[in-house]
Amino acid sequence: MDPKTYKFDTLSLHAGYQPDKNGGSRQVPIYQTTSYLFDDVDHAAALFNLERGGHIYSRISNPTVGVLEERVAALEGGTAAIATSSGMAAIFLAIMTLCESGDHIVASSQVYGGTANLLRLTLPKFGINTTFVKPRDTEGFKKAIQKNTKCIFGELLGNPGNELMNMPEVADIAHNAGLPLMIDSTYQTPYLCKPFDFGADIVVHSLTKWMAGHGSSMAGIIVEGGKFNWMQNDKFPSLTKEYEGYHGLSFAEEFGPVAFTMKARAEGMRDFGPCLSPQNAWNVMQGIETLSVRMEKHCSNAEKMVEYLLAHESVAWVSHPSAPDHPDYELAKKILPKGRGSMIAFGIKGGKEAGTAFINNVKLASHLANVGDTRTLVIHPASATHSQMDEATLKFAGLSQDMIRLSVGIEDIDDIKNDFEDGFRAAKKPMLVANK
Amino acid sequence: MKFNVNNEEVFASTGGRPFDKNKPLIIFIHGSGLTHMCWVLQTRYFAFHGYSVLALDLPGHGLSGGKSLTSVEEMADWINDVIDAVGFNQTSLVGHSQGCLVALECASRYPNKIKTLSLMGGAGAIPMNPELLALAENSDPKAVDLMMDFAHGPSGHFGGHPVPGLYHLNTGSMLVQSKEIKDTLGVDFRACENYTNGFEAAKKLDLPTLSILADKDRMCRLKDGKKLADHIKGSDVHVIKNCGHMMLLEEADQTLAILKRFILDKYPIT
Repeated sequence: MDPKTYKFDTLSLHAGYQPDKNGGSRQVPIYQTTSYLFDDVDHAAALFNLERGGHIYSRISNPTVGVLEERVAALEGGTAAIATSSGMAAIFLAIMTLCESGDHIVASSQVYGGTANLLRLTLPKFGINTTFVKPRDTEGFKKAIQKNTKCIFGELLGNPGNELMNMPEVADIAHNAGLPLMIDSTYQTPYLCKPFDFGADIVVHSLTKWMAGHGSSMAGIIVEGGKFNWMQNDKFPSLTKEYEGYHGLSFAEEFGPVAFTMKARAEGMRDFGPCLSPQNAWNVMQGIETLSVRMEKHCSNAEKMVEYLLAHESVAWVSHPSAPDHPDYELAKKILPKGRGSMIAFGIKGGKEAGTAFINNVKLASHLANVGDTRTLVIHPASATHSQMDEATLKFAGLSQDMIRLSVGIEDIDDIKNDFEDGFRAAKKPMLVANK
Repeated sequence: MKFNVNNEEVFASTGGRPFDKNKPLIIFIHGSGLTHMCWVLQTRYFAFHGYSVLALDLPGHGLSGGKSLTSVEEMADWINDVIDAVGFNQTSLVGHSQGCLVALECASRYPNKIKTLSLMGGAGAIPMNPELLALAENSDPKAVDLMMDFAHGPSGHFGGHPVPGLYHLNTGSMLVQSKEIKDTLGVDFRACENYTNGFEAAKKLDLPTLSILADKDRMCRLKDGKKLADHIKGSDVHVIKNCGHMMLLEEADQTLAILKRFILDKYPIT
């Protein structure tokens, strides 16, 4: 006897939506609306008091966005989700739901440049400080925990260096300290990895990337795993104690496995307002419908590009967990059995000058500040996404001046290789000049 | 709120309002392996509309201490102890699934204390599938997956939670897995399997009784719910269409509307 609950590919298309409650519309309608009629005064009060479910105002929730939220929660194996205007908004909302002034975060040093800036520069203005630990330094996460630490945060595959955090072990460290583990799983999508299966408690995504997949729409999301016991210690009073903003409600007591999401929505969306537009939610859902087939192609193309780059005379080094010499090859096989993602970091011989020439001369690959598009993308992180970092910080974050970040698209693999040949050919010219 | 019953700490949600001994009491009793949280879309309404609410965590469940009670009869007596412990001499009972068996047995044992009875997804007996029972008693997570499958109707399987962003199946699954499966779900399923007094208890009842049933319920089928209602004098029966066993969440608004009409009529605030 086996459960007949729907599986991943089916949930990608159907989760969170009931056509019979939407006039029979087979596709999710776009509720391009700000506000929702109350039946009467009692109904209005019931919605504001969290007595009943429903929509009040699209800053708090919206029917189209709600379908996306349920869909991603279903795909991740989470209890609940809350969508935001961008991935950065999701990270900020998640941290502000957990932390107060005087609190502390332990974070992987290898994170997206925007996240690094938030943690390093912006959150200290709110009294929230971060200690960074290299992603492979598992014991370092333990040593960095302080009395006022409220979570461990990291990207499973670090941006841009592709160093893999040992998520199960870091999760144990977090849980032994009574802390949740928050993972930015943008690079993986739930198709490649469900972080809740490896001990994560909160997952955040930039849906702008592979989930939406087509480079058309900004969106982010927080997903709650539902397993973390907020009441095990006194570290999270805003979740466990009486909350003045809702008649003395204790989110953890009242909502248990969805407490974090309920607080993020009731407080964070109400007060900060980083809401997602219904049109963008709909666009993201179009992407999610084909997530499995796209991710398969992204990953197979990426593995072919790894082979190509490893054999190329112009390439100094390649970092991708599918490469047998990658330090995290074995761990990646365990955590990412369906594919290691489509982000490749490689070093070009000739350093920054050659890298610049390469990027200026590829034509199919797009030079821009995004990843996870269906199209192949390249960037030189040290001069773009991570340009606010000084040399020492770059090194600590695993970056080098010769590094090129490649987000492999789903074009024909021969066309991508041919394009790269043009880039490498152009990159050799300054090297020849330098050798004279 | 937390209080003591038989020297064990008990947790009950009061629906977001302070517990008030001067308001009529409604006690909500959850189903197998679940907790007070499954009632959140009913309890808060009554708490904000003049009632004192206790959505209990049964012993060994959720935030309550102690060990799970092993029979429906014990649970029924424990509900009586709860009523005494909070200083009331009468209450209205609302049960879901196994909670219906408990409410039914309690009302037949303590007719002077129970003023109305509301049964959701109930039946006179809930015999367990032997394979499911064995899985639960062995703490196999597959028991929870099967329960979530059986407990939700076709629409619930897709989602459509009334609270934006929540996903039915995974939320239910986490509620059940908040404690060791064999210690809660396993014990509860065995208690349901062993309980045989449902129809006899039903015949004894002489109080306003409401049955809310669902046409796509695969845990306690509609015909079994109706059979129980037929044994209860004057039972008021409502059937929610295109809904599974978890009607209190799958169709929370409809469930609340029916319950509200019944409670306000039969158990009004005086």
